[in-house]
Amino acid sequence: MARELLKGNEAIAEAAIRAGLDAYFGYPITPQTELLEYLARRMPELGRAFVQAESEVAAINMVYGAACAGKRAMTSSSGPGISLMQEGLSYIAGAELPAVVVDVMRGGPGLGNIAASQSDYFQVTRSAGHGDFRPLTLAPATIQEAIDLTGLAFDLAERYRMLVILLIDGNLGQMMEPAELPPFRQHTSPTPEWAVSGAEGRPHRIITSLYLQPEALERHNLKLQKKLAVIAEREQRFAGLYLEDADLIVVAFGSAARVAQNAVEAARAQGMAVGLFRPITLSPFPMRALERLAPRARAFLVVEMNAGQMVEDVRLAVAGRAPVRFYGRLGGVEMLPDEVLQAIEQAMRDTRVTKNGARMLDAEVQR
Amino acid sequence: MYHDLIISGSGGQGALFAGQLLAYAAMDAGLQVTWMPSYGPEMRGGTAHCTVIVSDAPIGAPLVRNPQTVIALNRPSLDKYEPLVASGGLLIYNSSLAGREPTRSDITLVAVPGNELAREAGDERVLNMVMLGAFLRLRPILSLEEVCRALERHMAKRRQDLLALNRAALQRGFSAPAVPVPL
Repeated sequence: MARELLKGNEAIAEAAIRAGLDAYFGYPITPQTELLEYLARRMPELGRAFVQAESEVAAINMVYGAACAGKRAMTSSSGPGISLMQEGLSYIAGAELPAVVVDVMRGGPGLGNIAASQSDYFQVTRSAGHGDFRPLTLAPATIQEAIDLTGLAFDLAERYRMLVILLIDGNLGQMMEPAELPPFRQHTSPTPEWAVSGAEGRPHRIITSLYLQPEALERHNLKLQKKLAVIAEREQRFAGLYLEDADLIVVAFGSAARVAQNAVEAARAQGMAVGLFRPITLSPFPMRALERLAPRARAFLVVEMNAGQMVEDVRLAVAGRAPVRFYGRLGGVEMLPDEVLQAIEQAMRDTRVTKNGARMLDAEVQR
Repeated sequence: MYHDLIISGSGGQGALFAGQLLAYAAMDAGLQVTWMPSYGPEMRGGTAHCTVIVSDAPIGAPLVRNPQTVIALNRPSLDKYEPLVASGGLLIYNSSLAGREPTRSDITLVAVPGNELAREAGDERVLNMVMLGAFLRLRPILSLEEVCRALERHMAKRRQDLLALNRAALQRGFSAPAVPVPL
């Protein structure tokens, strides 16, 4: 296949189509609207289902219904819309249905703004709804990776009967970059053995998240937790740059990792031993790899376009074995490589003090 | 090879398309490229702009604080981006609409009477191609031929009748006597 110049939102939409998307339900919100617009045109062309719902609440419940029927279903939104979807997301998780949700993050809280941000990290990775669960969360940093992870999202959703969230921000949704789309997958969509697709000639099936007896609900929860443990064991993904000899390890995901990469390259050019650790799965968080790096690095610097959310997962993995610093920009303000480089330089200066036994100052949001 | 630039104008002047065309040509030439549009709530009469980065190595951040080149299609763009051009960089401005001379003394300033040249090429609306042509002459990161080919390959089918006009405008800008104001 040839390289094409693709906009992030449209690339994800086409990648979903090629992965065999049967049905899309959504509601417009900047900065993800091109995803919905693209599918509004393409899905009917292919004889597949597209519905612009009356609200995000309706859209996610349509996804719930299509998933119950064994169809490959997806929706997309941005922070405020994802908030509205939380009840449905929780039902989908409780009913163990495969579904893919794309969150193109914008500035919050509240109506916030439409600029790129990473402030939905907690919302998405911690549960994206009430009750005990964690959706699988994938965070691409390039448009090629967004395409590849869209295909993976459907695979993982179906392999584990699991909610999978693709988490990007407005910058990745809006920008264009050359990338290669995969070939169309065989679109057979055999009805899974659990789907409610009409019970004629067989016993009826029940898909529910309702377990009135506490003991039954505990059993169900334990089963979900066991599945999450298997996922945590098998599906941790990350990318690394210059990690072998890094004194300071910068940790960043998605767009922020692209900015951090420039800063890390610049720091290397100045002779600083700095590396970049980029989680690709945010849930499960790549704990194992970070745990291995923790005793070797002198310090960590977490860089996010928020007030410090993933930094908590990094601290859990590092577990006090090295200082963990944070640098972030809030409210959709563009973060640029020069300011991350300054944060790196500061952390490197402070780390030299650490060798004498002094502790580095802990995280603060620097503006 | 690495070059980053911002193309800025008012909505409808074609700043975003000029950047896209450059991005298509860079991709076709086997280079890495990012095209990042402004998508914020822009005020009527304000600026619409895009950032384009072309490189032979993978590109990190798609945004820059101080671009090597700014192409300003109107007065608000000149006002907003003149101060941001990297020291030693290039500012190409549409002198038909600028309404003032730039004041920086540490960058190369190039006045292009874009609207006049576009009219000469056949239509004022191809101002964006005139300015892109002038840029390619001053910073030959891609050849005029490569950009013209990208136009043929990627311009929407229903717009193919405008191909000759756009090509003429690129050529007109490229061969304009754009005199850099000496540093």
